[in-house]
Amino acid sequence: MEEGTRVIITVLGYDRIGIIYNISKILAETSVNILDINQTILQGFFTMVMVVDMAKATVDVAELRRLLAEKGREMEMEITTQHEDIFNFMHRI
Amino acid sequence: MPFNLSKDEILETVRMVQAENLDIRTITMGINILDCRGTSGEATGRKIFDKIAKQARDLVRVGETIEKEYGIPIINKRVSVTPIAMVADGLSTADMITVAHYLDRAADEVGVNFLGGFSALVHKGYTRGDKALIESIPDSLALTERVCSSVNLATTKAGINMDAVYDMGLIIKKTAALTADRDGLGCAKLVVFSNAAEDNPFMAGAFHGPGEPECTLNIGISGPGVVANIVKSNPGADLGELAYIIKNTAFKITRTGELVGRTASKRLGVPFGIIDLSLAPTPAIGDSVADILEAMGLQMVGAHGSTAALAMLNDAIKKGGAMASSYVGGLSGAFIPVSEDAGMINAVNQGALTLEKLEAMTCVCSVGLDMIAIPGDTPAEIISGIIADEAAIGMINRKTTAVRLIPAPGKREGDWVEFGGLLGRAPVMKVNLQSPANFINRKGRIPAPIHSLNN
Repeated sequence: MEEGTRVIITVLGYDRIGIIYNISKILAETSVNILDINQTILQGFFTMVMVVDMAKATVDVAELRRLLAEKGREMEMEITTQHEDIFNFMHRI
Repeated sequence: MPFNLSKDEILETVRMVQAENLDIRTITMGINILDCRGTSGEATGRKIFDKIAKQARDLVRVGETIEKEYGIPIINKRVSVTPIAMVADGLSTADMITVAHYLDRAADEVGVNFLGGFSALVHKGYTRGDKALIESIPDSLALTERVCSSVNLATTKAGINMDAVYDMGLIIKKTAALTADRDGLGCAKLVVFSNAAEDNPFMAGAFHGPGEPECTLNIGISGPGVVANIVKSNPGADLGELAYIIKNTAFKITRTGELVGRTASKRLGVPFGIIDLSLAPTPAIGDSVADILEAMGLQMVGAHGSTAALAMLNDAIKKGGAMASSYVGGLSGAFIPVSEDAGMINAVNQGALTLEKLEAMTCVCSVGLDMIAIPGDTPAEIISGIIADEAAIGMINRKTTAVRLIPAPGKREGDWVEFGGLLGRAPVMKVNLQSPANFINRKGRIPAPIHSLNN
């Protein structure tokens, strides 16, 4: 089983200005490449799923997770950072 | 590989972990220590300590890294070893206690909260080592913190060793007495089995069986909260549809275990053993097997219909799980421990769930009468009677059953015992006080059952 370098970030919470800016700023600073963004707002509730590639990242997943979670607390949003494999394993055979 | 997951699928996984307590209950490293025999308890203990410290050195670190990368909590990292009665055969009871101390230190050294394998397999009879180990259990469990003990006293092929059933009643009482200041906590680390599984990753019954390889990783999954929510969100489904929905959910839960198991196995350089398809509850709200049964439509667990509901749940979990994993083993069935499940505690408290109904439910699930507090003055022969009944259910039905009873010193029916953490708290349950003494005192062996005339 090969371990890939793609990671999925989800962001949930009430909509406000600068969510994507704050997150993509962290990603740019750590050389994490964004591959896909899917974002919706339903009745003021913000949901975003981001697929990123960490092949050239300057930090590991655990550190990125810590940085984003910290930013999430600051913005009062729920941010999760998880390796892509867990989703593939759960939903695809 | 192109990215092909939908947003809903991703959010479903996130919800399972964030809101429904999905986690990996345990990664348990099984280590063979048959080569650690020394000339004394000290020498044997030192060799065992060294081997565990070397083999399991990276277990906790690797577990924690996987947790962070995949964002899935791994609640426990644990170690199981070859039954000590085999390793230390020929040593004295005092030596066995010395070995228990070394096991406790080894668990502390590698950072695991429990270590299983202070065990004896006596379904056909005692060796001298078995006898010495069993005699040392009360002291060993009172003097150590992390060591777990188990005794297998019946199998379908061998019958029931009633000498051991008799002895274990006394041993359980003594273990409770020596830990009386902690509500009999020693008994929470002691389990008696029929048809014990050699690759069980769950404490207190985990040990590294004689048929196992040098070192292996076994995974215990969890997820009662996930199953409870899916059942709640399908109130109109008939039971066939519900079984299908539970099966699909069990598949998803088990896949996370499979991923964690494969990844940990690769990183530790240790072969992947099995996934145990058991829904293991915790005292946390929403992480309860009782909640699932109640969501299926029972007013409260313990109501008539509980056994049928549990049978269907258990089977659906196994069907979904078996498809999700390459290797399934261990106990594989829903657990119904009283103290570790808020819904079970509630049902006992309301008078809906009795010891007799729990016994009936163990006919269709793993893993027997688990974490049940009974009055401290319950006679040893009644405890032996409960063990004999449970062993008979396991023997006749070709399944694993277990008994983990806590005769809480000084406590009476309706009182509470408090263990804290994963072991939880439990109300002291009523026990039928009709005496089985003359039956238990006969001792001997109940012969293995015939299985062709099965009605």
